[in-house]
Amino acid sequence: MSTAMKTAGFSSSRRLLLWSGIVALCAWVIVPIYLVAIGALGGRTGVYQWPKTGLPTGLSIEPFLLFLKTEGVVQSFLNSLGAAGITVTLSILLGAPAGYALARYTFPGKDGYRLLVLLTRAFPLAILALPLTVSFIRLGLYDTIVGVGLIHTVLALPFAALVTQGIFLGVPRELEEAAWVFGCTRIQAFFKVVVPLALPGIVATAVFAFVISWNEVFAASVLTVRNRTLTAYLLTVLSESPMHYRFAGGLLLILPSVIFIFAVRRYLFAIWGISSK
Amino acid sequence: MKRLLSFGILATTVAALASPSLAQTVFLSTQLRPIEEATVVREEILKGLDAPVDYIVEEPPQFAVRMEAERQAGKHTISLVGALHGELSPIADKDALEPLDTLAAKLAEAGMPQSFLDLGKLGKSSQQYIPWLQATYVMAAHKDALKYLPEGADVKALTYDQLIAWGKAMQEATGQPQIGFPAGPKGLMARYFEGYFYPSFTGGVVRTFRNADAVAGWETFKELWSVVTPNSTNYDFMQEPLAAGEVMVAWDHVARLKNAISAAPDDYVVFPAPAGSKGRGYMPVIAGLAIPKGAPDVAGATAVIEHLTKPDTQLLTATHVGFFPTLNIDLPTDLDPGVALLAGAVKATQSAEDAVISLLPVGLGDKGGEFNKVYMDSFQRIVLQNEPIADVLKSQGDVLAKLMADTGAACWAPDAASDGACPVE
Amino acid sequence: MTNDRPWLPYALILPSVAFLALLFVVPLVQTVWLALSENGAPSLANIRTMAGDINFARSVQNTFLLALAVIPVQIAIALAMGTLVSKIGAGRETILWIWTIPLGISDLAAGMVWLAILQNTGYLNSLLFGLGLIERQTAWLTYQTPVALFIGIAIAEIWRGTAIVMVIIVAGLNQVPKEFREAAEVFGAGPWTRFWRITLPLIRPALQSALILRTVLAFEVFAVVYALGGRNFPVLVGEAYAWQNQNQNYGVAAAYAVLIMVISLAATLVYLKIVKVDPERLP
Repeated sequence: MSTAMKTAGFSSSRRLLLWSGIVALCAWVIVPIYLVAIGALGGRTGVYQWPKTGLPTGLSIEPFLLFLKTEGVVQSFLNSLGAAGITVTLSILLGAPAGYALARYTFPGKDGYRLLVLLTRAFPLAILALPLTVSFIRLGLYDTIVGVGLIHTVLALPFAALVTQGIFLGVPRELEEAAWVFGCTRIQAFFKVVVPLALPGIVATAVFAFVISWNEVFAASVLTVRNRTLTAYLLTVLSESPMHYRFAGGLLLILPSVIFIFAVRRYLFAIWGISSK
Repeated sequence: MKRLLSFGILATTVAALASPSLAQTVFLSTQLRPIEEATVVREEILKGLDAPVDYIVEEPPQFAVRMEAERQAGKHTISLVGALHGELSPIADKDALEPLDTLAAKLAEAGMPQSFLDLGKLGKSSQQYIPWLQATYVMAAHKDALKYLPEGADVKALTYDQLIAWGKAMQEATGQPQIGFPAGPKGLMARYFEGYFYPSFTGGVVRTFRNADAVAGWETFKELWSVVTPNSTNYDFMQEPLAAGEVMVAWDHVARLKNAISAAPDDYVVFPAPAGSKGRGYMPVIAGLAIPKGAPDVAGATAVIEHLTKPDTQLLTATHVGFFPTLNIDLPTDLDPGVALLAGAVKATQSAEDAVISLLPVGLGDKGGEFNKVYMDSFQRIVLQNEPIADVLKSQGDVLAKLMADTGAACWAPDAASDGACPVE
Repeated sequence: MTNDRPWLPYALILPSVAFLALLFVVPLVQTVWLALSENGAPSLANIRTMAGDINFARSVQNTFLLALAVIPVQIAIALAMGTLVSKIGAGRETILWIWTIPLGISDLAAGMVWLAILQNTGYLNSLLFGLGLIERQTAWLTYQTPVALFIGIAIAEIWRGTAIVMVIIVAGLNQVPKEFREAAEVFGAGPWTRFWRITLPLIRPALQSALILRTVLAFEVFAVVYALGGRNFPVLVGEAYAWQNQNQNYGVAAAYAVLIMVISLAATLVYLKIVKVDPERLP
């Protein structure tokens, strides 16, 4: 009784506190992005203005249009999509079975496998660029989108394995076992019971893989000459361009990832396990 | 999920189908990278050729990794490279460039100075690259800064003492240091020490690394640094801080000042770097064209080199970018006003009475980066970390001596010639 | 699950192991050999060059300090986000989406974002100037202001890297059954006690994943630091890049890379030991 009254008494001020916390954290994320957008659209004078007002004045999409008109942007955009597509496909095809094994079985070497997977994130990829490039040239994968996709898969695979492990842990094994009882084979049980439940999480994994591939620069630019990905293309073009072009390029890089995350926001938090609520 | 997968596969196929499959001469360059300049190269400079050329730009780090990888694998995609002297040197060091002696002989007849062509040999017996463009480093100042110039100082013939006095006056008037150097991670500060500071104060670069003149020079430099903005260690290109008004006076490569000056040519003066006790050191910058050994299209690449070194093409290039012809020709009068300002300062530097030319390092091979590091480490320790000058020069001098001994590089101007490796005295 | 077919898990992980062996382990071994050899013979010359470099000690120190400063704050913010969002109904998805945005932002872009804010003519100075707190542009990112530089880099890293921690922790919090908290409330436990005694232990697996992943990424910090601090704030990966690209000495670069890997592995093992988790619930 007394607790209930206390809660009622505090509720409005606590709600205020709650929402101000949420708003503050949202602002913390959004304001920097807003400022870059202004830098990108504000043109040359906006970038060098002092003191800056932070208000959206004198905006123009001129720098953006210049990008889109430049030779190679459309092609490299397609290349980026292609590399990301390969990365998504491969990292799920290779990562999901591993995640399932990690979730369902205890076996010698499990820790070793997890360490191997983590290692791929613990070693700066750029340092591997030289030996990798040499072997890619020998294999004929140099300057191909497939080659870029393969390397991005190395980066995305650990996420895919760890994330799908969490997802499969969240699918109660009792359900699977029940399916066996009803006469399903293991494979049928997997596809009829586990996959539908794990699908949202797998989609989210796909987005992770997509974002990783989309944002990777160094490997993509070393391994390609003509078939550049968008990130690699922008990097070489941007580094010496005037500031407002650089901001425009930065924004151009940010936007697709943000949109993709928006598209799957619903599934994102299923990643580390299906909600048990 | 399925949709995502099929989408990925579809996108891949589209990308694969859409890739150009034409047999083009691939021209990879670390120069003329910015979007506007690369467009000019593609649409105007390379226009006059019969065979199509695919002009691709690359940041220097990736360029180095790629060239090394193609060499190790023995399969080549790139037919022609355009890069700086220092970027071509490690490749030549591994014997991975086609000799270009016939071309060089033709160009010598067409009026390319022999001194440039000799640089293109990189210390070897055959021609490794053909000089393509040249540039140097100059100083630029906003016209507002001129009113703080010390009395009697001529901005076209500054000394270090006058520069320091100028810096002090600007700092007192504005409350902030107003001189900037490109000492950031991608900045060309090492070239300042090798081509400007050491020749101006010691008349040498390697031999004089730790002599008494050098110690005195570093003391002067520390005094100068007290009126240099501490943001300098973040600056890679001085055109941005200049345009943003963070600094009023800056030293940098002409191509790295160009954007600011071209955007507002009436606001700036451009002039030679200051002179020290031994003269006015300066360093030319050469970008060269080279053909990797095993290049898929040697004939096409040769045609491109011939095209790019024609007087007309060289003039066209100069009008658009902050680099100047390597051929001995006069620049047109209708240059972009910003480029004209820079060209004036370059001319003034080269023709200054007290000029001390410092050539590009030759014979360092792939140790060029570590050579730069000796100078930058000395700078970091002496100026930024305030360590005793003599101690730092002694220990860094040992590193330099070992480097020279390892590479066996002979002295280059302004150091007196040496038999064998250049000694650190 | 009954393990009547002991080869099954191996068959499941085999494709990924083969893939990683070919594309990762082989070049990795080549690189490790590069670090530990000179002219084809085993040698510690590269390690000695690395350890004798003037920026070596500083880069180790900076990397560790940054990790120590950034990771706890990120975990705290992520926990706060998780707790806040669990208390609201409508708008939850949108708010979570906003908080997740930095996940899709590359290091390069993040460095650019914060440089625009913190540079001399940037938005922070504009704001302070507008408020009358400073009279002229103040430099925050120089070697003369190491504390401000450190804080600036830490803030940028926290901004960029919190999203991944948040995703993991929110998912972990989702899994905590409501009944536990309700039971605790019935027994009169205050919010703090509930948090420390009930929630935190229950999200251990998520916490462990978050810590491991974040720490491994923290030792790889580079692009943001480079954009904001340049040479003023050497970190390990930055030194590795400098040796590879500017100095073109692949051996010393490889030595740095091996060092980073060893540190990351050690940190991972420490977390596996300290944050003990029921093996069945391991993420």
